[in-house]
Amino acid sequence: MIDLAEFAAAVGDADAGPVTITGLGTRGGPVPGVRCVGAPAGIAWLQPDEMTVCCGAGTPVDELVAALAEHRQTVALPAGGTVGGALSVGRADVRQLGWGPVRDTLLQARYVSAAGEVVKAGGPTVKNVSGFDVCRLLVGSRGTLGFLGEVILRTRPLARASQWYRTSAEPAVVQRGLYRPVSLLWDGTMVWALLEGHPEDLAAQAASLGMEPCDGPPTLPTGSRRVLPPAEAMASTGTFVVELGVGVVHHADQWTSPTRDAREAALAEAVRREMDPTGRLNPVLPVHG
Amino acid sequence: MNDTLLAALREALSPARVHTDGSELGLYRRDASNIEGRTEVVCFPLTTAEVQACVRACVRHEVPFVARGSGTGLAGGATPLDGEVVIALTKMDAVVSVDPVNRHAWVEPGVLNLDLSRQVAHLGLHFAPDPSSQQSCSIGGNVANNSGGPHCLADGVTTSHILAAEVVLSDGEVVVLGSEAWEPAGAGGLDLRGGFVGSEGMFGIATKLCVRLTQNPPGVVTMLFDYESVEAGAETVSAIIADGMVPAALEMMDKLCIEAVEAYIHAGLPTDAAAVLLVEVTGLPAGLAADRDRIVEIALAHGARTVRIAKDEAERALLWKGRKTAFGAIARIKPNYYLHDTVVPRRMLPTVLGKVYEIAARHDLLVLNVFHAGDGNLHPLLVFDKREPGVMERVHAAGEEIVRASVEAGGVLSGEHGIGLEKRDFMPLMFAPADLAAQAAVRRAFDPTGLANPGKVLPSPAGCGDLQHVPEGAWV
Ligand SMILES: Cc1cc2nc3c(=O)[nH]c(=O)nc-3n(C[C@H](O)[C@H](O)[C@H](O)COP(=O)(O)OP(=O)(O)OC[C@H]3O[C@@H](n4cnc5c(N)ncnc54)[C@H](O)[C@@H]3O)c2cc1C
Ligand SMILES: Cc1cc2nc3c(=O)[nH]c(=O)nc-3n(C[C@H](O)[C@H](O)[C@H](O)COP(=O)(O)OP(=O)(O)OC[C@H]3O[C@@H](n4cnc5c(N)ncnc54)[C@H](O)[C@@H]3O)c2cc1C
Repeated sequence: MIDLAEFAAAVGDADAGPVTITGLGTRGGPVPGVRCVGAPAGIAWLQPDEMTVCCGAGTPVDELVAALAEHRQTVALPAGGTVGGALSVGRADVRQLGWGPVRDTLLQARYVSAAGEVVKAGGPTVKNVSGFDVCRLLVGSRGTLGFLGEVILRTRPLARASQWYRTSAEPAVVQRGLYRPVSLLWDGTMVWALLEGHPEDLAAQAASLGMEPCDGPPTLPTGSRRVLPPAEAMASTGTFVVELGVGVVHHADQWTSPTRDAREAALAEAVRREMDPTGRLNPVLPVHG
Repeated sequence: MNDTLLAALREALSPARVHTDGSELGLYRRDASNIEGRTEVVCFPLTTAEVQACVRACVRHEVPFVARGSGTGLAGGATPLDGEVVIALTKMDAVVSVDPVNRHAWVEPGVLNLDLSRQVAHLGLHFAPDPSSQQSCSIGGNVANNSGGPHCLADGVTTSHILAAEVVLSDGEVVVLGSEAWEPAGAGGLDLRGGFVGSEGMFGIATKLCVRLTQNPPGVVTMLFDYESVEAGAETVSAIIADGMVPAALEMMDKLCIEAVEAYIHAGLPTDAAAVLLVEVTGLPAGLAADRDRIVEIALAHGARTVRIAKDEAERALLWKGRKTAFGAIARIKPNYYLHDTVVPRRMLPTVLGKVYEIAARHDLLVLNVFHAGDGNLHPLLVFDKREPGVMERVHAAGEEIVRASVEAGGVLSGEHGIGLEKRDFMPLMFAPADLAAQAAVRRAFDPTGLANPGKVLPSPAGCGDLQHVPEGAWV
């Protein structure tokens, strides 16, 4: 267990006023003009036979992935930033179809609440339904419900083999024809598929759809990352790459995401108000939008 | 019973779907746990609008309400504590739409778990969570309890298979949490869907769900290993996982359970073994063969006496039947059983199982174990005859010790059955007051009235509101 006393003291209690947090700053980082803290870093323990790992939220994802690789395991978080940043942003990378969304990675969190207390959510085992699922709410909350200090994550085994393929077949044909692909990307013309498993199975699957091996996924446009129902994502126009079956669109153009249903937004606001009555954690960041 | 509330409910639905008959109400006083409460009215809405009308009527009269699916819950979640209105979702049982390409479906909450999988089988799809009760439990109940099953080891429990939930909140408003998109739409969106799953009827009533459908595996290998000790079986489990494989299922039965099941279904199980391990792997041919060979190798290295590999679908079905009918088989030993549900780290399985045997022996009770070994999810089953004087006290005392031993071993209170009433007062074993306060805060955000299934999950005082009394005979 990581000692979070110092981190909690840095965040402070309600009297300490507004406070923000940053990881590596790859997704916005801290709220400008607000006192800033950082979460502890480092791996506390790693249990390959439990498929769990415990680390400080400030640990860089790349460092964690490297440590897990020694045990032929990995974690379904996007590379580049910190564990806390990846969880708080809650956006998966292109392997979401097979590896699952970021929210399914977090088993237990010890976070600092708006009151400056260390609070535990979830539990250390891969299966747990003890009490309400506060962990799911923390993922994607951008720090507005609490600042993550220490987390226990579910790991996953690395596959025997992993290979990208490309084909000009129709998206629906590829979606139907492949068994549990890890990623399917479509730019309006070509489909890229990431397959994992036994090399012979990969080759047979690829051959059945006439797919050619390729070096990797296409370059993703960076104008906007849109989240849409998968069927709607297929109607994208312009320069784009759609994550098939998931509903994420990487688009060259900027985009303002449509406002949520007012009732859902009000509920999100109510959750935030209950967890942080004075709105001091990462202030001004909307929890809906 | 409040007459104006009854009149309002009858007007909202139709008198025919508002039941107040004493003998029928008996069925709704409890779920599949030993905990019994009291209700005077059960409503059977057909639509979301009717659920809204019921909820509004209850809230207007300040009478609490309890959502109910099939009533197979084992933690007293659907038990009305003290005169709550029961809102039964069983008549809302339509599969509304299916998208076979993006692999999701919109369903009403009363759809039975196995019926959903049957209805999409022709598309080569199924709903992955498969509780042993899947023939009778509802999807709404699965969502409320975040239920699991043998095949959740590789595929994840219910929350991983729910994309969206249409929910009637306690103010009577309808809100859709989540969407067909996998991530919350909109920048920085909270995963309210994830907050709702597992809320045990206390955040609102689900009236429609968008569920993920999973591709049926192209191939499957089902293996049975038997051991001279429970420890050897448990060590095989850890070794398989550490080797980088996550089988589709990894289930274990101990000696008493094997004997009971074998006497019941005659599957040819080795009744002289201390434990059997049922391992299933799924996938494409080459990966399947490699996993099978490696698992057999690991099992033998850990002392497996025999290796039985199902040679066809009939034999596979027979092996699974043994696992899934374990509860029926047990009825032949003693008339009553109490099923526990805790999780421990996999490597602690041998230690905690040892304690479970010791605890049962000390309380002079028979215990059988049939459980999801792959994720460390223990299901100790205490069997007894409740007519025996004083036996219930012993059952409850042993149960409490089992829960404590699991938490002390670094485990959790429940892996899939939920907290409900059964484990409400054990929550402090796992959570400090500040942790419980955070859970209570989330509940207040979803249900400021506190009228949705009150008195469950959160122990007082973090539960806020009145401490509900727990009925006589209930175990908490
Ligand atoms: C090489 C590279 C590759 C990448 N690939 C992908 C990709 O494939 N897909 C993808 O989606 N992203 C990708 N990213 C982006 C990166 O993974 C995310 O931006 C990362 O999740 C954010 O981490 P961070 O530490 O930089 O967060 P920051 O930008 O520092 O913070 C992000 C938000 O989280 C909050 N936050 C940070 N730490 C905590 C904490 N401990 N508790 C509570 N809130 C906190 C901050 O206040 C802020 O609101 C990539 C980045 C790089 C550099
Ligand atoms: C023999 C047996 C075997 C079992 N095996 C397993 C197993 O392997 N894995 C497992 O996880 N469970 C198992 N269970 C427990 C139980 O079947 C599950 O918890 C199941 O999901 C409950 O579904 P239900 O429809 O019966 O719900 P109910 O018992 O009716 O209700 C359960 C909870 O859900 C709430 N609820 C129900 N419907 C809704 C709704 N629409 N909206 C909001 N809240 C709602 C209720 O208020 C209550 O709190 C088993 C039970 C039995 C009797």
